[in-house]
Formats: sequence, structure tokens, C-alpha cells
Amino acid sequence: MTTKDKYKKVAYYPGCALEGTGHSYNRSTKAVGKKLGLELVEVENWNCCGAMEVKNVDPKLQTYLSSRVMSVAANEMDMDVVMAPCNGCYHNLKKAEYDLKNDAESADVVDRLSKKAGHKTYESGQVETIHALDWIKDAIGEDGLAERVKNSLSGIKVANYYGCMYTRPRHIFPEKDAGPGSESTSKPHFMDDLLAAAGAENVEFPLKTACCGGAHTLSDSDTSTKLVLNILKAAKLAGADVIATECPTCHSGLEMHQIRAEKTLGEKVDINILYFTQLLGMALGLKPKKVGVHENISDSMKFLKQKGLG
Amino acid sequence: MRPLADIEAGIAAISATPDLQASLDELLKLSEEVIEHWVVARGEEPTDEKREGFRLLGLHRQGAKGDPSFNACRETCREVLFHYNLISMDPQHAETTNRLEMMKMISNHLYLFISGKMQVAELGDFCCSSKPIRLTPDIDRKETQEA
Repeated sequence: MTTKDKYKKVAYYPGCALEGTGHSYNRSTKAVGKKLGLELVEVENWNCCGAMEVKNVDPKLQTYLSSRVMSVAANEMDMDVVMAPCNGCYHNLKKAEYDLKNDAESADVVDRLSKKAGHKTYESGQVETIHALDWIKDAIGEDGLAERVKNSLSGIKVANYYGCMYTRPRHIFPEKDAGPGSESTSKPHFMDDLLAAAGAENVEFPLKTACCGGAHTLSDSDTSTKLVLNILKAAKLAGADVIATECPTCHSGLEMHQIRAEKTLGEKVDINILYFTQLLGMALGLKPKKVGVHENISDSMKFLKQKGLG
Repeated sequence: MRPLADIEAGIAAISATPDLQASLDELLKLSEEVIEHWVVARGEEPTDEKREGFRLLGLHRQGAKGDPSFNACRETCREVLFHYNLISMDPQHAETTNRLEMMKMISNHLYLFISGKMQVAELGDFCCSSKPIRLTPDIDRKETQEA
């Protein structure tokens, strides 16, 4: 079976953020999948991936939590691909896969906790974890996407912001940096490729993987606000109308600190922030509401109407 | 090594003066000094070693040793250097002023990240580092181990 066919039906792991602040990402991911004829089967009774809280306290417990999600997909749903649109979830599942393959102690803890919880132990390699970008890029591709575009994104200049968890640390993403066609950890391009196929003009954006202070957005808001403000200003200087995101934590952070920067530092940066799935959905002919634009914190409707997408 | 506040002001003050190369070199020096602060705070002597022809990358490598979360600024350092080369190699380019402005923003990001990390050491921890799997955390993990 080719990767293209394999990704046509995948287990969907939305994770906690997509049921809360990132709801519009959830909505737009599902809507785009449906429009493209791709099937998402939500992982049954999924749990938290271990995110930052558990991982910082006990990395092995995080490995277990992520492995349980993969175990359910593999052993109870007979799926061999898990798609996680959230960078945090994607990163943690990848990290769990790496830990189980390379650290006997982690595998032992996961086995003991799995038995105690009463489910089959996940064995390294049972599923392949992919991001929403891999999913669309490999199942549909740029050409397939371009053929389906109804409202071109032409005239829209986009700065693609990948954040940090999508590519770091390198060693948990063995499929990246694997030659032509693969994703790059130092200069990721999958989102650029997909949005270009939908007609958008990508700008050269040097802070596409820079730190936004994400995990400290509440505990150290001032640092996060300054980091985000710098990212917004750099995107603006690069000529972008929109910052496209592919992670609910990055997205919420950019939106919240855009407002906070204006309130606390008196600096307003007039730039739109949209999930890449929202942009793709509208390019495929979906209305803004269908892709949850109204659920974002920032208001992009005026801009979208100007560009003929609203 | 200037104080961090002076470095921030120094980055903001850089402009496309007639001696463009001097402005570029100063901006690069300011970026190096930001990492020097991090290295000194860890009780080490900042290296003079260059990697791929640049001390900035040598300093980054030194700063990241034993602290993978410091890699959150690896690409930022590389982008500083990319813009340095871009401007140096074609100073008459129509985009030079813009490129210098962008290089200032990238250097500023390096400053913000590292000065933030010096206050909150965990900055970048969740996102980029994926703590070493054999790390023993401070708190008791007995419950997990006994499960």
C-alpha cells in the first residue's frame, strides 16, 4: 500500500487543546478532510498525551500516556496511522515512540502501567504518528490540492509559523531530513508547500521555528508577549498579511499576546492569524464559518472579505 | 561583555550607516555577547572557537551542551548569520535596508529568548528539548516505578 493510500483513512487524535482553545483547528481539520475525501476515525476514549505538565514531572509517565493513545489505535481499532494536528500531541507521541524503541526502562514502565490499566501494551512501531501537514501533503499532495482549489489564495501573503515542537528535537523525527521530498527540521516547508499549491504567496520568514514562549504564556507573560510581538513584527516586515499556524498552542499564544502587546506595551501589529487548515478550507470553497474563523480570538473577517474569501 | 540592557539598546540603535559592514559586525558582536551572558551564567568561560566559520555558532554549541532546550535558539543563530552573509555579499542590493532591519529583529529574538531563559530556566523546555529520558526529576517517582 502506498503512503498516499495509507493516509486516506487515519486514526484522529485531536488532543485536549482542540476541544478547547483550538476548537477552530479541530473544526477546520475535519472540514478539510471531508472536502478532500479523507477519512478521520477519532481514537476511542483517548487521553491526554502528557503535554507539558506530566512530562516535566515524570517523562516516563508521559511516555505511558502517549503510548496508551497509540495502543488504543493499534490494538482496539486496528489502525496503523495516528494523525495528531497539535504540535504538542504530535511531539509527545513521537517522543514516546522514540523512548520505547531506545530505552528499556521506559518500555518496562509502559508495560507495567498498561497491565495495571488493563489494556494491551503498545509495542514500538505498531503505528506511525503523523502531523496534519504530513496527512494532507502525502495523501493529496500539492498537485491534487491545486486541482481542487475553488477560491485561490492568490494575493494573500503568508508567513508560515511552525513553532518549535514540530521539528525539535531532531532525533525523535527520523523521517525528517531524509532527502528530497522530506520535511526539514531546520527550515520546515510542508505548510509553505500546501498553501502555495492553494495559490498563496509565501514570504521568507526567518522566525518560522523561533520560540514564542509558549509554555510560559501564563507563568511568565511578559517574556511571552515580547517574544510574540517580535514574531508578529518580523512577519509584518517580511510583507505578510497573514501568519499561518499549525498548532493550537502557538496559535492561541500569537492571538492572545497580539492583544496583550497592544494593552501592555502599546504596540499594535495589524496582522491576521489563521490556521493553515482554515486557509486551505476556504481555498477549497468552504465558508469561513465552516472552518471556524468566528471561533478565533482575532477577527480576520474584514481581511477575508477583501480577499474574496468571506 | 556589555550588560543585557545595553545589548538590547545596542541592537535597537543599529542602522544602515555609510559603513554598513561595521554595523553588521557590531550586530553580530551583540548577538555573540547575548550568548556569552548565558555561558557565563552557567559558570563557564565563553569560547572563542568558531563553527562553520562563525563564533556565534561555537558559542551556541557551548551554551546548548547539557541543555537541549537551548537548541530553541539554534535556527535563530543561523538566521542571524544568513542575514549577515546576505547583506555582506551584496551590500548594494535594493533590499539591504529591509534585510538589516530583519537581522535586527532576529538578533532581538535571540536577546529576548536568552534574557527570558536567564529568568525562567525552563523557557523552551517543553517545546524543544524533550527532556533526556534517563533524567531523574527532583520529585519522587516512586509511584510510577512501583506501578
